[in-house]
Amino acid sequence: MKFGVVVFPGSNCDADAYHAFRDALGQPTTYLWHKDHDLKGVDCVILPGGFSYGDYLRSGAIARFSPLMQEVREFADKGGLVLGICNGFQVLLELNLLPGAMLRNKKLKFLCQYVTIRLENDRTPFTRKGTKGQILRIPIAHFDGNWYAPLETLKEVEDNGQVVFRYCDPEGALTEEANVNGSLHAIAGLVNKRGNVCGMMPHPERAVEPVLGSEDGLVVLQSLLEKIS
Amino acid sequence: MKTPLHDDKVLAHHNLTRDEYDLISNLIGREPNLTELGIFSAMWSEHCSYKSSKVYLKKLPTKAKNVVQGPGENAGVIDIGDGRVIVFKIESHNHPSYIEPFQGAATGVGGILRDIFTMGARPVALMDSLRFGPLQNPKNRSIMEGVVSGISSYGNSIGVPTVGGEVYFNECYSLNPLVNVFCLGLAEKDKIFYAKTDDVGNAILYVGAKTGRDGIHGASMASQEFGEDTEAKRPNVQVGDPFKEKLLVEACLEVMERRIIVGIQDMGAAGLTCSTTEMPAKSGKGVEIDLDLVPQREKGMNPYEILLSESQERMLIAARPDQVPAVKTAFAKWDLDAVEIGKVTGDGKLRCRFHGEIVVDVPVSAVVDLCPAYSRPWEKPAGPAKRTDFGSIPQPKDYNDVLRKLLSSPTIANKEWIYRQYDHMVQTNTALLPGAGAALLRIRGSKKGLAMTLDGNGRFAALDPRTGGKASVAEACRNLACIGARPIGVTNCLNFGNPEKPGVMGQFKEAVEGMSEACDAFGIAVTGGNVSFYNETEGVAIDPTPVLGIVGLVEDIDKVVTPGFKAGGDTVILLGENKEEFGGSEYLNVIHGLNDGLPPTVDLDREIAVHETLLEAIGEGLVRSADDPSEGGLAVCAAECAFHSPEKIGCDLSFEEGERPDAILFGESHARILLTVRPENVGRVLEIAEKRGVPAKIIGTTGGSSLRIRVAENLLVNLPVAVAYRLWMDAIPDYFAVPKSFS
Repeated sequence: MKFGVVVFPGSNCDADAYHAFRDALGQPTTYLWHKDHDLKGVDCVILPGGFSYGDYLRSGAIARFSPLMQEVREFADKGGLVLGICNGFQVLLELNLLPGAMLRNKKLKFLCQYVTIRLENDRTPFTRKGTKGQILRIPIAHFDGNWYAPLETLKEVEDNGQVVFRYCDPEGALTEEANVNGSLHAIAGLVNKRGNVCGMMPHPERAVEPVLGSEDGLVVLQSLLEKIS
Repeated sequence: MKTPLHDDKVLAHHNLTRDEYDLISNLIGREPNLTELGIFSAMWSEHCSYKSSKVYLKKLPTKAKNVVQGPGENAGVIDIGDGRVIVFKIESHNHPSYIEPFQGAATGVGGILRDIFTMGARPVALMDSLRFGPLQNPKNRSIMEGVVSGISSYGNSIGVPTVGGEVYFNECYSLNPLVNVFCLGLAEKDKIFYAKTDDVGNAILYVGAKTGRDGIHGASMASQEFGEDTEAKRPNVQVGDPFKEKLLVEACLEVMERRIIVGIQDMGAAGLTCSTTEMPAKSGKGVEIDLDLVPQREKGMNPYEILLSESQERMLIAARPDQVPAVKTAFAKWDLDAVEIGKVTGDGKLRCRFHGEIVVDVPVSAVVDLCPAYSRPWEKPAGPAKRTDFGSIPQPKDYNDVLRKLLSSPTIANKEWIYRQYDHMVQTNTALLPGAGAALLRIRGSKKGLAMTLDGNGRFAALDPRTGGKASVAEACRNLACIGARPIGVTNCLNFGNPEKPGVMGQFKEAVEGMSEACDAFGIAVTGGNVSFYNETEGVAIDPTPVLGIVGLVEDIDKVVTPGFKAGGDTVILLGENKEEFGGSEYLNVIHGLNDGLPPTVDLDREIAVHETLLEAIGEGLVRSADDPSEGGLAVCAAECAFHSPEKIGCDLSFEEGERPDAILFGESHARILLTVRPENVGRVLEIAEKRGVPAKIIGTTGGSSLRIRVAENLLVNLPVAVAYRLWMDAIPDYFAVPKSFS
């Protein structure tokens, strides 16, 4: 399976994602330049973390206008797999490929730390390798990760089973303290209705080797290789 | 009538003496014009010229087998084997951070990053050494909040992890915070770039942000004391744009990787002036530029402003004429302009044209190399005016209470509130999370790890600068040893008061000599750094604060040791000896309100023997945890080992009777390490220590959920780990918590 990591000006987790998919997952991986109109025949598009365009207007707001995003949208509309991590999640929200918006973290500070997240839906292409209720230890690093949406959107997202990850305590309980950024319903990751586009604030590419302290991110990466049963 | 340039006021404004003015006139064969005076003012400022410190800095050891590049370039370079080198340096941004904490600190990060990637290395780690006044004072809280957000905003955006650092709080930093930023980059040994122009006819290209009026005279501002008009200096502080710098990093590394340029330098302090004189000076050439071609952000800028602006995120490149088109294309890919503003000449002069006229015509060597070096008068530091008789200091009645207070002291308390705001994991090399004694990066494609630490103790240096200088080196190396790393290179940032005062100069001389002696003993070279003088506000100087940035190498990253207790039932061993030294301790400061006494002695032979003992034991896989007692002494060290264990394992320790139990528990003697080993390995560890002549004592066992410490059979400390942990964790956040009534 071939993976493509999009590089926006200001992306800074592009090399990390590239390394994770190529070396830890062992799959052919290529960079996709934001100014091109070419997805190079990849099977899955990764929108990496970082500060695209400095996040100066609003996180992800300018990146959505990058030339390549036209192809990414068409690719997603045809059912292609798209994973947005952190800033990539924010770009997917700005592209309206995923519902909702990001607010500043509830304590108004940038947060870089390990969190525990609970896998809520194991039937998506991004979570197939895991099991519902499984707890993963994966780092976050963001200022705007406080997911928010109008009530009816929230209800729809919940009813459709679009929530894939929630912040939880190490035992899996949803507590106010564990919901570090204040997201509605402690949502840490979402898929679209069709299930082929996923956005998540935690960085699975930072948890793929024992030397980094956790390999739990491999659940997400390896899920993408699973054949649909 | 026009004020003549040699007028006292004009010279004072430029921070030049009359003698210096006369020397300049001699060097250029006429009186300088105002723009030229500005050029000399910036380049001959203390910040750029090291005129007061040069004579002493020469004493620092700068040579060792592994040194590829010592002082004199943008950063030092050390060989780490396998064809790789590290490029690293520390620099201060103290003055700007007091005037405008957020931008001051942010541009400090931006500046040191440019020093690293300008040499062809990709920056892979940042650390910060910070000093603030006590947090009880809201002004200090606001400075700290601004500095931390500034560092966080720049480092996070550009995607270089801030992996460690240190923070101290003391009254002397209230009106003069210290912000020292360290950066380390990795490069291939044969791909290092230098600040040079090479041949006549080569093109001079300007890349990056446009030039504005910000930061004019930043270098000379950092070379003055502050007074009542400090707030009015705010326009001198630069504004950072990490996004622009991220683009610059990628574009510059790309043209260097493809070798389509010949030399490169960042425009930091003294801006365009610095790069257009230092680059040709290194190649024995000159440069002619047209100031009208310099990209400008504001209208109507004059030559003086264009040349001395310290606008951020700008670089100067020298390229062969045939390389220019490819350089322009490479920068255009990243939406950056590369503008040819001049050529390399053979006459050794900086010549600048403006609206067709020559406005600057000075020899670059005069600007760069001929600044006078001063052997300023110095006085041997007398130490504190009165020494407290330690016999008169009452012994604590309640040791639990003392330990609680120490753990809540911001200098000792957990710093998560700070480092959680820094992305410390981006680039996925971070092998140890912040909080351990040293930071650690894995090196891809090898078993090796790069360890690094920042250490400085202003209180020790204030009481005895020579010992303080030595102590900082010893402590940094000890922190590296505690995770299993051996020191390989040093950078330092020397923060002192006004060097024109003999007392301050004496502190500087002594501290540098102490550091030299210690670096020699450890066999490590200083490859660069920074001197920050004039850290005085309203005539009051800070404690002399030499900060050491020492990098270490771990041969096998799987053998790395961390400070947390690993299991109950392990044996606790103390390497080194308790000398009951509590002068200059955090204990005296927090509990008795004293900054007094003689700092703990530094015995370098013993220090090295202790580190070697530990490294050998770690190499044999015998050590489960290791940490060194520093601020707060053994009691705090033991508590922190408990806090770092995920299960919050306690310990039971006992010490023989000494003169004073408080000095045993809270004294800060050097050359000590608290380590834990499985009971079956105790014998072997003691054997290694004996072989190396290092005192080693079994002082207890791990286990239970309390910290229990006895001295001469008296149970002095008995505190649940969970209770102590909360105090340690909450102390700093509590100062920043929103009052209940507002939340």
